[in-house]
Amino acid sequence: MIDRLDQIFVLLKHWLVGYLPGEWQAAAGVVVSVVVIIGLYPALFALTTVLERKGVGRIQNRLGPNRVGPYGILQPMADGIKSLTKEDIVPRSADAVVHFLAPIVLVVTVFMGFAVLPMGRNMVLVDMDAGLLFYFAMGASTELSVFMAGWSSRNKYSLLGAMRAVAQMISYEVALLLSSVVVVMATGSLSLVKIVEAQNHYTWGLPHWYIFTPWGLAGFLMYAIAATAETNRSPFDLPEGESELVAGYHTEYSGFKFALFFLGEYVAMFSISGLGSTLFRGGWSAPLAFLTWVPSWIWFFGKLLVSMCVFIWLRGTLPRLRQDQLMNFAWKFVLPMCLLNLFVVALWRFIGDGWLRWLVCSAILVLAYVGIGWEGMSRKRLGARSYRYAD
Amino acid sequence: MIATPLAGYLLVAALVFAIGLAGALTRRNAILVLIGIELMLNAANLNLIAFWRYGPHPEAMTGMMFAIFSIAVAAAEAAVGLGLVISIYRHAKTTDLDQINRMKG
Amino acid sequence: MGIAFYIISALTVCGGLAAVLLKNTVHCALALTVAFAGLALLFLQLDAQFAGFAQILVYIGAVAILVVFAILLTRGSDTPKDGVFSKTWLAGLAIAAAVFSVLGWAVLQAAPWLPHETVAPNVTVNQIGDALMGRYVLPLEIVAVLLTAALVGAVIVAMHEKEGAK
Repeated sequence: MIDRLDQIFVLLKHWLVGYLPGEWQAAAGVVVSVVVIIGLYPALFALTTVLERKGVGRIQNRLGPNRVGPYGILQPMADGIKSLTKEDIVPRSADAVVHFLAPIVLVVTVFMGFAVLPMGRNMVLVDMDAGLLFYFAMGASTELSVFMAGWSSRNKYSLLGAMRAVAQMISYEVALLLSSVVVVMATGSLSLVKIVEAQNHYTWGLPHWYIFTPWGLAGFLMYAIAATAETNRSPFDLPEGESELVAGYHTEYSGFKFALFFLGEYVAMFSISGLGSTLFRGGWSAPLAFLTWVPSWIWFFGKLLVSMCVFIWLRGTLPRLRQDQLMNFAWKFVLPMCLLNLFVVALWRFIGDGWLRWLVCSAILVLAYVGIGWEGMSRKRLGARSYRYAD
Repeated sequence: MIATPLAGYLLVAALVFAIGLAGALTRRNAILVLIGIELMLNAANLNLIAFWRYGPHPEAMTGMMFAIFSIAVAAAEAAVGLGLVISIYRHAKTTDLDQINRMKG
Repeated sequence: MGIAFYIISALTVCGGLAAVLLKNTVHCALALTVAFAGLALLFLQLDAQFAGFAQILVYIGAVAILVVFAILLTRGSDTPKDGVFSKTWLAGLAIAAAVFSVLGWAVLQAAPWLPHETVAPNVTVNQIGDALMGRYVLPLEIVAVLLTAALVGAVIVAMHEKEGAK
């Protein structure tokens, strides 16, 4: 019974596909899964927008939207109707073809990332041998759509926003990749299904999640920072901050195309949080050994929800980083820590089981954090405060 | 699965190579010459992978390794080449190759 | 020949043609991206998954963006007044046509003797890793040194001259 509940979606799919003749069943199974993914994540996106607006509102000591529906829950419907019925303005000097293709490329590449995420036991769309590499390949393609959007608008603010966004995304992409390589080194496989299965074991009731190891914790923190920067979320949202650049690379987009950009950004957040959960927090595995009776997909989406709440919390709390501070942070702090983390993982496997490796690895990471943090991020000595008056 | 003969892949690679060569030889802008060079490198990669797949020992992975190293080297070469183009632009104020035809700067 | 192969090849060739024929340089760079994507799909069709994903990651994710940045930094998006093709375009076209005809003739001549498709090799990433660390460790290290040298060199070459060596 518990097993049936755990596999309920897989069984549903087999039942649906069973109505078709034999040779069409595999293709039909894939089509059903794709339709479910394309339907589910935009629905989650709608819920997340209202959650974010209410959440950020509460952090800022105000209520969020509360007119449409009880406690504002139906706000996404109002937003959807608004964005679908708004006039689609394309500037006359804009490059029409590229302007049209940019949001499409973004949405397509962002949804492709979901093909390799295991959302539950046996619930992965394609179990690829190089699944993680495929995910990052799709992530790298989203940068191009950001550039296309900024350039085709023929607007200096858009171009500037696009350049900043692309520079930021490239810098943090390196950090993202390096912090994921740590997990690959520990597991010995690039397949996300195997990575989750390697974390699905329990010792004294506690799981073998990688986040509970020193290098896993450091890697997860680096991954979280890089993920926030990759999706252009606060505090790294200089490319799209309203007070900075009008709206950055999607200034000239209105109506449904803007909604597609918005959708693309949030679905990218889901996708990257899903990958973070899979790599570091055990994917669909339960946190404690006696909780394994809860279906696996509930754990996956629960972790996704927790990640979303952390993103919303960061947005409401932290001030925005300046472009040079952001790039400094990426290349002078995050990247050296990631490289050191690789060394620490190798040391972890080399020392072998026992308490020694915990001690050594934690010591190296803490010392490195303190060292790089103080030396690398020290600011210039500030002089005495001077005032200029408007004489 | 209907098998595509090796000749098909080789012809596509030859065509892309010729297109890249034509682009590198006929365009004015220096960056488009680099684009042509990238197309030529990609066509050669396709050749390598096609021969690896249809060759006698695909489990030895020689062709794929060669292609992967070629991708890495091409990326390095693109970076240096574009750096050079930017540097030349800064000096000559143009990327038009028909005008950058003297050794004296 | 499979229909998928025809479609992907057509995509690649059209992307390549657009990359060398279009007037607007940024459009050329975007068409180049389409050509890269088509080639990555051809790699995937040839069961070289690692090479295909590496192609997307490196070429589309890095080289295409590099090309686009260089175009924007050198004002390539303004169309030149003398046209986009150089004075000697006919010679270039003739050379390219000659190269293609020689290559095409060679392939078609050898077509009956080319090997047929063998069973798909099941190359796992584990095997690639073993090969890279075993048999190909020297090329790997040399490529690492090469990439470092290219990185440092590109930064120095493109740095502002005022801060460079006099």
